[in-house]
Amino acid sequence: MGKVPFHLSLAACAAALLPSVTRAASDAEVAALRAEIARVKAEYAERISKLEAMADQLQMSGDTGATAAVDASLAATAPAAPTVAEAGAVPPAEPTAASAQAQNSASAFNPAISLILAGNYANLSNNPDDYAIQGFMPAGDETGPGDRSFNLGESEITIAASIDPYFMGSLTAAISAENEIGVEEAFFRTTALPLGFTIKGGQFFSSIGYLNEMHAHNWDFIDQPLVYQAFFGNQMAVQGLQVKWIAPLDLLLELGVESGNGDYYPGTRLDRNGLNGINAYGHVGGDIGDSIAWRSGLSYVYLDAEDYQFDDTNAAGDVATNAFSGTTKTWIVDAELKWTAQGDPNRRYLKLQGEYMHRSQDGQLGYLDSVASLDGSYSSDQSGWYVQGVYRFLPRWRFGARYDSLDSGDPKIGLVQQGILAPDDFALLMPGTPSRTSLMFDWNPSEFSRLRAQYSWDDASIGPTDEQFFLQYIYSLGAHGAHKF
Amino acid sequence: MIRTLIQACALLLLGATLPAHAELKVLATTADWGSLTKELGGDKVNVYVATNALQDVHQVDAKPSLVARARTADLVVANGGDLEIGWLPVLVQESGNAKIKPGSPGYFEATSAVRLLDVPTAVDRSMGDIHPLGNPHIQLDPHNVAAVAKALSARLASIDAANAQYYQARAADFLGRWQQAITRWEAQAAPLKGMTVVAIHTDQRYLCHWLGLNQVATIEPKPGVPPSAGYLLELVTRLSANKPKLILRNAYNDAKAADSLSQKIGVPVVVLPFSVGGTPEAKDLFGLFDDTINRLLAAGK
Repeated sequence: MGKVPFHLSLAACAAALLPSVTRAASDAEVAALRAEIARVKAEYAERISKLEAMADQLQMSGDTGATAAVDASLAATAPAAPTVAEAGAVPPAEPTAASAQAQNSASAFNPAISLILAGNYANLSNNPDDYAIQGFMPAGDETGPGDRSFNLGESEITIAASIDPYFMGSLTAAISAENEIGVEEAFFRTTALPLGFTIKGGQFFSSIGYLNEMHAHNWDFIDQPLVYQAFFGNQMAVQGLQVKWIAPLDLLLELGVESGNGDYYPGTRLDRNGLNGINAYGHVGGDIGDSIAWRSGLSYVYLDAEDYQFDDTNAAGDVATNAFSGTTKTWIVDAELKWTAQGDPNRRYLKLQGEYMHRSQDGQLGYLDSVASLDGSYSSDQSGWYVQGVYRFLPRWRFGARYDSLDSGDPKIGLVQQGILAPDDFALLMPGTPSRTSLMFDWNPSEFSRLRAQYSWDDASIGPTDEQFFLQYIYSLGAHGAHKF
Repeated sequence: MIRTLIQACALLLLGATLPAHAELKVLATTADWGSLTKELGGDKVNVYVATNALQDVHQVDAKPSLVARARTADLVVANGGDLEIGWLPVLVQESGNAKIKPGSPGYFEATSAVRLLDVPTAVDRSMGDIHPLGNPHIQLDPHNVAAVAKALSARLASIDAANAQYYQARAADFLGRWQQAITRWEAQAAPLKGMTVVAIHTDQRYLCHWLGLNQVATIEPKPGVPPSAGYLLELVTRLSANKPKLILRNAYNDAKAADSLSQKIGVPVVVLPFSVGGTPEAKDLFGLFDDTINRLLAAGK
């Protein structure tokens, strides 16, 4: 081959190709023309059939004037290419039928708006101010059973719409009883990427695990499992980006990575540009027969914290401020299974789910009280899990049970190991095995309302069991919600 | 360099000879539109049906398996009219499949081809689970099926232009057989005209409209709202004085409400397939109407 002069070889190649190229070109042109003609034909056939259908309907309703108008617009469709909007301009046969088509004002572009109203009554045997999940760093204000007596929950407003052919946007704002507005989620999402990719950016609930992504009004219990409270401060809202890919298979295989500023427990913002941490997850799912749907997943969270501060009590009973700086690596395994009678969730269903998490933390733990400011190493290996089942035994009634269990391990605190401070100078971090059992019962007058009673025996804190009784209402108003599995 | 060129030539030639199309993957939301897609698409389409006739399509879970099917679909054939509003938008969104976004050629709604009945002039959820766009249960009027067939075959031809003639031929064949069947059904069902019936939900609206059945009451006081004891009592009193001929129940409905009303007022219940697969006889769209009319005639004697 190397002996053949280059131009000869090129010429040979061209000669070999040329006839077929010209033929292919003309064939391709003809094919393209044919395809174009077929497309135009098909487009008109669809338009005409729509108009015919309208004419049929109008004829049935006996409105000859309107039928004539449709016939006219049918005739007009044939020669030129008038817009289908003409059909919309047909005088209404029934006043009602037109209203669906006559929307033509600025309000037509209004986004979908939905509102969740929620509240509860809580009867707690222990003072909720003393509540803590023993052995774990406090993970923010959202954890714990909340306050006693009547409580207005967060009123949640979601506004969502397509932005253009390429993006959609969604805002979920929560208004608290303390008159604060918080952003739960505010994100854009691509809608036109090829190959099964979706990119989401802004602030959004991470897709790690199973429950993390779910909004509070969709929880099957009034509160999150202890493991979510201890490991992610209830649920992780990432400020950053998510890239998700779904494999083109008959079985669901979904892979995603997320990263952001890290300003969510157990991370913090870092004193530098760029990203903090990474979340990676994979979910698989499918059906077993007509009646069983399942999903399972594996997730990994890597986050750094700089000076994550929390209050604790020292051996003298005074407040000490601790600060964690270091890395947290968390693994999550989740599995869900839902059985429905005849595949129809309206009648009876049984949903079982469970998640297991394990994390290791490595870094520094600072200690500050009115006298001393100290710093030492910190490392821990902690785990936790929950299992729950919810049974819908009648179309509007559900019953559920859940068991929570955590193991704080024995955190290695440098200041204690060196004998500078005593173990009970870090009261909250002393080893613990918190657990909780919850029973739930709810009544759903319609798909837009839910009234719930829940009883929990909570052994998260040291001391007597906290017996918690809740009554809760959840109402959804506005645009019809659509929820993930 | 030369080798690269030759390889490029070879690749070009190879690319030109590869088959242009595999079969079209279709995700249909109901058995009826799945069945219609099979009639029209023949062996050029691969249809997956998301629900079965024993499910209430208003409320279906956006199951993982359905997300997977949405991911690979070239075309979604939905009923529309907000029937699938609780789950289809999630599937489309979660699938990351831009082809099947509403408004794209890969998203088809059967209701787009027909005019819906009972479009409410005002909507408020206190009226129950009403559909602002009108009653979406259009499949039980065969004229609607014909209109949807025309629009759907045109859609198939436009997104799979290489097989356009095939789809057109199949549509012509189907519509010919369908028209004959309609003539037969209308002749058979002539005695049913004016018959008084009670339905459970408003989903028999188009059947009643087509056959001229006179629906005097629904067991649900409002769409999607189960009857209270008080309402049932009132219904019994009202219907005992003026007995309807039949109580219509769909295969997917719970038997209890219809049976208890039947006992109290002494009017028989007829179980209708409602959807393809709802009864053993309703194997396809022809079977659906054959069986519906046969059951109505048998029970109405």
